[in-house]
Amino acid sequence: MPEITKLIHKYLRHDKKFPHVWCPGCGIGIMLGALIRAIDRCGFTKDEIVLVSGIGCTGRLPVYVDFNTLHTTHGRALAFATGVKLANPKLKVIVVMGDGDAVAIGGNHFIHAARRNIDLTAIIVNNSIYGMTGGQYSPTTPYGMKTTTSSYTHIEQAFSISELAVTAGAPFVGRGTVYHAKLLDSLMEKAFMKKGFAVVEVISHCHTQFGKLNKMGSAVEMMQWQRDHAVTVEKAANMTEEELKNKFKIGVLIDKDLPIYLDEYEKIREMAKTKNK
Amino acid sequence: MGTKEKKTKIDIYKAWCKACGICVAFCPAEVLARDEAGYPYVKFPEKCINCGWCELRCPDFAITVYKKDKGLKEIDEEQKK
Ligand SMILES: Cc1ncc(C[n+]2csc(CCOP(=O)(O)OP(=O)(O)O)c2C)c(N)n1
Ligand code: SF4
Ligand code: SF4
Ligand code: SF4
Ligand SMILES: [Mg+2]
Repeated sequence: MPEITKLIHKYLRHDKKFPHVWCPGCGIGIMLGALIRAIDRCGFTKDEIVLVSGIGCTGRLPVYVDFNTLHTTHGRALAFATGVKLANPKLKVIVVMGDGDAVAIGGNHFIHAARRNIDLTAIIVNNSIYGMTGGQYSPTTPYGMKTTTSSYTHIEQAFSISELAVTAGAPFVGRGTVYHAKLLDSLMEKAFMKKGFAVVEVISHCHTQFGKLNKMGSAVEMMQWQRDHAVTVEKAANMTEEELKNKFKIGVLIDKDLPIYLDEYEKIREMAKTKNK
Repeated sequence: MGTKEKKTKIDIYKAWCKACGICVAFCPAEVLARDEAGYPYVKFPEKCINCGWCELRCPDFAITVYKKDKGLKEIDEEQKK
């Protein structure tokens, strides 16, 4: 077996049903490949990793991999993950969420985890829709698109998950697409190595719901759309606003250092200990 | 080049393949094609440039490329097929 595939198989739970449950061509599988390769490259052992998810098509992901896994409730993955990390700071806690999971029902958990700078990695598969439950609009559904709950047209504006994360204070935010799979590997690697709250927004496609309702075609055509609308931050730096219209940036959007919640908490413990002596 | 030994070996694991067409659509060297049922097959193995993209983008871990001695060639992600 060739190396890359051998590596993937090392981390899959072969007692689960394969091929996996996702639709043919769904981007979540591509993202799973990137996640496994990045974890392997960072050199974490299987037992050091805790993979936490909420509910949704994306939320199914931890079922398939042989780490410590926690499949929680819709929108609450970050709350569970925060508990895991505080209880055992030695663990590497990675959270995978859908756009609905992360910024609709879980939106408050998301902004506050970023603000507190808890040492977690949050990977969000943004397919602009509730995939699992039948194509309802999510907070990332763009204006003017169709979903089963906006069948005439969507009249709300969309959140940018990455910009929300930056504004909420996350010290690391990266955005990629499943078309740009190698960039995804490197963004995840950087996020896993970052101390603090690290976010990777993965632009993906749900051709079964979003694609069908908006006549965007197959998985292949939606990946061509990603290819044609993504611009690397490096390239974007030399482009005019006009040229950047209808495009989105991919790459590292922010990488800065801020005090980590757990380190600060440790200081408080020390202060309390000396004060009580 | 072009001799039999230099061909990259490509495996397609049909039991996991869902015939989504991603590997075929984005192969930069048009090595792969789809059969009547939509499943990929290796049509022109000698054309393979061993970039590894079919494997990286397969959502189902169903296609694998064996490395040639030189290792994977880097192909710019930005390139238009
Ligand atoms: C508390 C609660 N509310 C609602 C649901 C129903 N529900 C399940 S998944 C989901 C949304 C899934 O969308 P997203 O998070 O974007 O994930 P995707 O399926 O697109 O990957 C909803 C509303 C639920 N399971 N629990
Ligand atoms: S419904 Fe959409 S998100 Fe869910 S598996 Fe199918 S394509 Fe993927
Ligand atoms: S990308 Fe994978 S699942 Fe899709 S057709 Fe190719 S081998 Fe099959
Ligand atoms: S390795 Fe590259 S050139 Fe060879 S079949 Fe795969 S995508 Fe095509
Ligand atoms: Mg979604």
